[in-house]
Amino acid sequence: MTEGTTMIRVKVETVCARLLPVAAGVVFLISMIVIDASREAQAQSSVRPPAGATSNAVPRALSRSNAPSRANFPTNISEGKVPGGSLGNRSNSEMWRAVRQGISGTVSIPDKKAGQLVQSEGDNFRSWKNGPLANWGAWGMAGTIGLLLLFFLIRGRVRIDAGRCGRTVTRFGDFERMGHWLLAISFIILAITGLNVSYGKYVIMPVLGKPAFAAITELGKWLHNYVAFAFMAGLVMIFLAWVKDNLPSRYDFIWVAKGGGLFAKGVHPPAKKFNFGQKIIFWLVILGGASLALSGIALLFPFQTAMFAKTFVILNAIGFNLPTELSPLQEMQIATLWHSGVALILIGVIFAHIYIGTLGMEGAFDAMGSGEVDENWAKEHHSVWFEETAKATSSESSESPKPTPAE
Amino acid sequence: MARMKFLCDAERCIECNACVTACKNEHEVPWGINRRRVVTINDGKPGERSISVACMHCSDAPCIAVCPVDCIYNTEEGVVLHSKDLCIGCGYCFYACPFGAPQFPAVGNFGSRGKMDKCTFCAGGPDVDNSAEEYRKYGRNRLAEGKLPLCAEMCATKALLAGDGDVVSDIYRERVVSRGFGSGAWGWGRAYPGAPS
Repeated sequence: MTEGTTMIRVKVETVCARLLPVAAGVVFLISMIVIDASREAQAQSSVRPPAGATSNAVPRALSRSNAPSRANFPTNISEGKVPGGSLGNRSNSEMWRAVRQGISGTVSIPDKKAGQLVQSEGDNFRSWKNGPLANWGAWGMAGTIGLLLLFFLIRGRVRIDAGRCGRTVTRFGDFERMGHWLLAISFIILAITGLNVSYGKYVIMPVLGKPAFAAITELGKWLHNYVAFAFMAGLVMIFLAWVKDNLPSRYDFIWVAKGGGLFAKGVHPPAKKFNFGQKIIFWLVILGGASLALSGIALLFPFQTAMFAKTFVILNAIGFNLPTELSPLQEMQIATLWHSGVALILIGVIFAHIYIGTLGMEGAFDAMGSGEVDENWAKEHHSVWFEETAKATSSESSESPKPTPAE
Repeated sequence: MARMKFLCDAERCIECNACVTACKNEHEVPWGINRRRVVTINDGKPGERSISVACMHCSDAPCIAVCPVDCIYNTEEGVVLHSKDLCIGCGYCFYACPFGAPQFPAVGNFGSRGKMDKCTFCAGGPDVDNSAEEYRKYGRNRLAEGKLPLCAEMCATKALLAGDGDVVSDIYRERVVSRGFGSGAWGWGRAYPGAPS
C-alpha cells in the first residue's frame, strides 16, 4: 500500500510539471481514495445527524459489514423503539396503495404510457379472455351444433312438400350472390383464423407441435388482418342489396305465430323475399359485422382510436354506468375482448345459417348457388315474394321481353 | 433451485437510470424498447419515490396465460422467458402484463409490431446458451455465465436487488428491521402471491 502510494506520488510529480491543473485533479481523487480507506479509523465527525434526527439511512453501527447478525442489535428493541432510532416515517402506505391501483408517475423515456407501474386491467383482460369468453364461446359453439343436430334428428330435412316442379325462378342476382359469397368466404377465413388464435393452443398445438403451430398462426394473423377488408366490402354489398327487403312487415307476426313452420311438416307461413328468421340473421350479421369491423379497425390501428370510451358515454346516457376515462391500453383490451365475444356469437348464428341453407332444407342452397330456385320451393317458403315476382315477370313478358335486372 | 426475483427498494432508488442504461447497453436493446424503466411518483414533490421496474418474472404470469402460441415460459429458476421464433406479435402479453414489461419494436398498423421483447433476467432465451443467435435475439445470457442481472449489479445505491428470492428477502428484511415500520417491497404482492405487498 505504502509502496504503491509512493509510486503514484512520484508519477504525479513528474506529470505535474507539464499538466498542473489535470494533476491537481488526479491528486484530489487519489487523496479522496486515501481518506476513504482511512475513514474506518476516524471518530464521529460533524457530518453525523443530530441525535434526535429521523432518517431512513441505516446507522453505521448496524450496517451489513459490521453487524449482520440479530445479536448485535440494541437490546432496547423490546421497549418498542426502532433499532438505531431510525423511523420509517417517510413510507406512505396511501401512496403505495395508489400505485397498486394504477396511478402513473413520470418517466424519462419517450413512451410516457410507461409511467403506469401496475395496471390491474391486464388481470381483468386475462381472466375474461381465458375464463368466461373462452368457456362460454366453446360451450356456445358446441351447444349450437348440438341443438342443430337434435333438430336434424327430430325434424329431419325440410323437404319441398310438393316436390321439385323443374321450372325455376331467379331468387338472387349476380350482385347479391357476389356480396353474399364475398362475405361468406371471408367470414369463414376470419372465423377459422380467429378461433385458431383463441383455441388453437389447446386443440391444434398439441397435434402439430409448437413451431408448426406458430407458423400457421402467424400466417393466420396476416390473413385475418387483410381478409378483414373483403369482409367489410361484402358487408356493405349485402346491406345495400337487401336492407329494403329486411324491414319489418305484417307477415313477420304470422311467421312467429307459426314458429316459422320449422317445427311441423307442411306448415308454411307466407313470406316476402325474406321471412322473419332470415331478417333476424340479416340484422345480426349487419350489426354484429359492423361491430366486428369497427373493433377490428381499432385492433388494426392500435392505440389510435377511443371508440369504447365514446360508446360508453352514449351508453351512460341511457342508464349504464361504464367508465368513460379509458387508457389506450384499456381500449385495446376491451376491443380485443369485444371483438372475440361478438365473433363467437356470430359464429354460432352462422352455424345455424349454414345448416338451414344446405343440409337443413331441400332446395335452399340453389338460391345462393345458381341463384335459381325451384318454383315449388319458392311457393312454399316465400309465397308472397313468388306471387309478386311471377306477376312482375308475366306482366313484363307480355309487354316486352326484357330480362329481369340483377339487383 | 433458486427462485430468481427482482426487488426495488423505493427508499434507496435515486432515479439515476443506470439500470436502464446498463440493460440497454448489455443487451443491445433495440431503439424504442426499454426492458427496464424508472418511474418516479410525486416527481418534484415531498414524498417523491422512484421505482425501477422491468419484467417481475411472475409465478403465475398473465403473459404466459394469454399467449396464443405458448411462446412464453417459466424456467426452473422462475425466470419468464420467451421464444422470438414462435412469437406472432399479437400484443396480448402486453395487454395482460400488470407491469408493462412486454414491448414491441414497432407500434405498427396491421399487426406489424414485430417480435415481442422483454427483460430476460439476463438469462437469454431458448436458443443455445451464450450463442451468437441467442445474443442477437435476447441479449446476453449472464445467468449462464454465472452472473446476476447487470441492472442490479450496476445499481449504485443497491436499491435494485436481483437474485435468489431467499437471499434478496434476507437483505431486504434486514433493511426493514433497521428502518422500522413502513417499507413495503414494491410489486411483490402482485408478482408472488403470498408475499407481503
